[in-house]
Amino acid sequence: MKLFSRFMPSSGMRQVPKSVTIHAVLLAYTVIALFPIIVVVINSFKERRAIFRDPLGLPDSSSFTLVGFEQVLLRSDFGLYSWNSLVVTILAVGLVLLLGAMAAWALTEYKFKGNLLITFLFAMGIMIPIRLGTVSILSLMVNLNLVNTLTALVLVYIAQGLPLAVYILSEFVRTIPKELTEAARCDSVSEYKIFFCVILPLLKPAMATVAVFTMIPIWNDLWFPLILAPGEETRTITLGVQQFVGQYVTDWNSVLSALTLAIVPVLILYTIFSRQLIRGLTSGAVK
Amino acid sequence: MNPSNQHDEKKPFPWHLVFFLGPGLLIYVIFSVYPLLDTLVLSLYNEQQGQSHFVGLQNFITLITDDAWSHAFWNALSNNFTFFAIHMLVQNPIGLILAVLLSSPKLRLSGTYRTLIFMPTMLSVVIIGFVWQLLLSPIWGISENFLYSIGLGEYFDAWLGKESSALITLAFISVWQFVGIPMMLIYATLLNIPDDIVDASVVDGANSFQTFWHIKLPLILPTIAMVSILTFVANFNAFELIYAVKGALAGPNFSTDLMGTFFYRTFFGFQLQQGSASMGAAVATLMFLIILVGVMLFLFFIQRRIQRFQF
Repeated sequence: MKLFSRFMPSSGMRQVPKSVTIHAVLLAYTVIALFPIIVVVINSFKERRAIFRDPLGLPDSSSFTLVGFEQVLLRSDFGLYSWNSLVVTILAVGLVLLLGAMAAWALTEYKFKGNLLITFLFAMGIMIPIRLGTVSILSLMVNLNLVNTLTALVLVYIAQGLPLAVYILSEFVRTIPKELTEAARCDSVSEYKIFFCVILPLLKPAMATVAVFTMIPIWNDLWFPLILAPGEETRTITLGVQQFVGQYVTDWNSVLSALTLAIVPVLILYTIFSRQLIRGLTSGAVK
Repeated sequence: MNPSNQHDEKKPFPWHLVFFLGPGLLIYVIFSVYPLLDTLVLSLYNEQQGQSHFVGLQNFITLITDDAWSHAFWNALSNNFTFFAIHMLVQNPIGLILAVLLSSPKLRLSGTYRTLIFMPTMLSVVIIGFVWQLLLSPIWGISENFLYSIGLGEYFDAWLGKESSALITLAFISVWQFVGIPMMLIYATLLNIPDDIVDASVVDGANSFQTFWHIKLPLILPTIAMVSILTFVANFNAFELIYAVKGALAGPNFSTDLMGTFFYRTFFGFQLQQGSASMGAAVATLMFLIILVGVMLFLFFIQRRIQRFQF
């Protein structure tokens, strides 16, 4: 196996080919990871005939067309779907960060009855998927008259995101030196001021990590939009694309363009924030 | 470690605690803890003509033994184990190999590889499902042409459309998308292994394979265990990929049905069968128990056995 050549006894002769092998394997896997996405994106800019005749070719002056994108924007409200996703994601992530930081602070800083129980309750939520409560969540939302509203999604996503946020932020709060808060208390600064003026600014780097981890599942979720907010007005981008592709499955230009419209913004954001994300993943924030 | 609030004795009620903990806890309890408990309770009831009455474990007995239900249930469960097994056997080893290669000392472009290989993980499962559906489509023929170009053309088939291969194909699509997660987590652990341990084994005359097997592998076992449990929970909760590519009926002939799609159909109904909240709750309860057992096994056995490898 070529893959394992790196582990084999290395004689002087093999030293150079070893790094070449590593690059070859990684490069090959990178191609495997990116190829499907690239194929879809480049073909969304091509005429139907060119899509089938030469699927791997780049669009040229004779085959270039934006007809797929025109059809997508004409037949569905992509702007609205993206806006809905944006509103839901920003509100949910913002509130997860704020409420999660507040709860993490309370659970790590103060001793009180039930502290352990509440910590355990939040910890359970990291492993047990909120989806399993869907039957009751739906009837709850019906009773609260929140079906087909973005509020329903925001509330559920806050409940979904809080456990991990509380866990990561608690770990971080523990690393803040006690002297800081003790000194503030000696100056009789209020507990509220201690949190908002001293602690919260210190939590910023951890909050960035939490934000990324919370944001991705919310943006990409299909389950709750499908069940709690399937209406045209409240459709999120993931649900919108799913419905659109299901409806126009034979119109290749439209399907490829719809997928491209869903892929490209995420990849642009990813490229911008990948450093942050990977630092979060590799810093051991999640263990 | 936690100093109790020094004002406790003076203050009759800790309002600041309510302020900090209240809102988050309230939303979490109302929209996550309560629905989950309510679902467990609901699974013990049966509703008929709007009336619901206590039936004990009858819903579960129906699911597991009744002819109308048990076939679908056991099918979904065994498919789900196949789905999980493919992830464990393919996704995690590939993730491990990529992580080991990425952590090679003085590797150039390692950041670029890492970023690019992780890219599919960022996208929605729904989008990925559609992308692969197009790529594997016999109408478009990209995969077929590719296989012909490397001389394996006759092995091409409409994998997603065949009962025998649809589930495995979907599992591989999922593996392709999520291989970045084990890669990243294992990579992070490898970076944290102190250099002197590795150097010591090299000084002792171990070759790089021995160093990996005896020094690094034991140290990354906890991470592999964690990746496994994350995979387990995600797999037994999977829905989107099947729903996007195959619809709620998980065709052909339910061969791609997982617990998630089975839950969805039971709750909302399909074709002639009416949806049932209490049967849906029973399926969700079984999923809960499966996940709980998995997590418990992880916490009590694997985690404990691994402890001795840690510093």
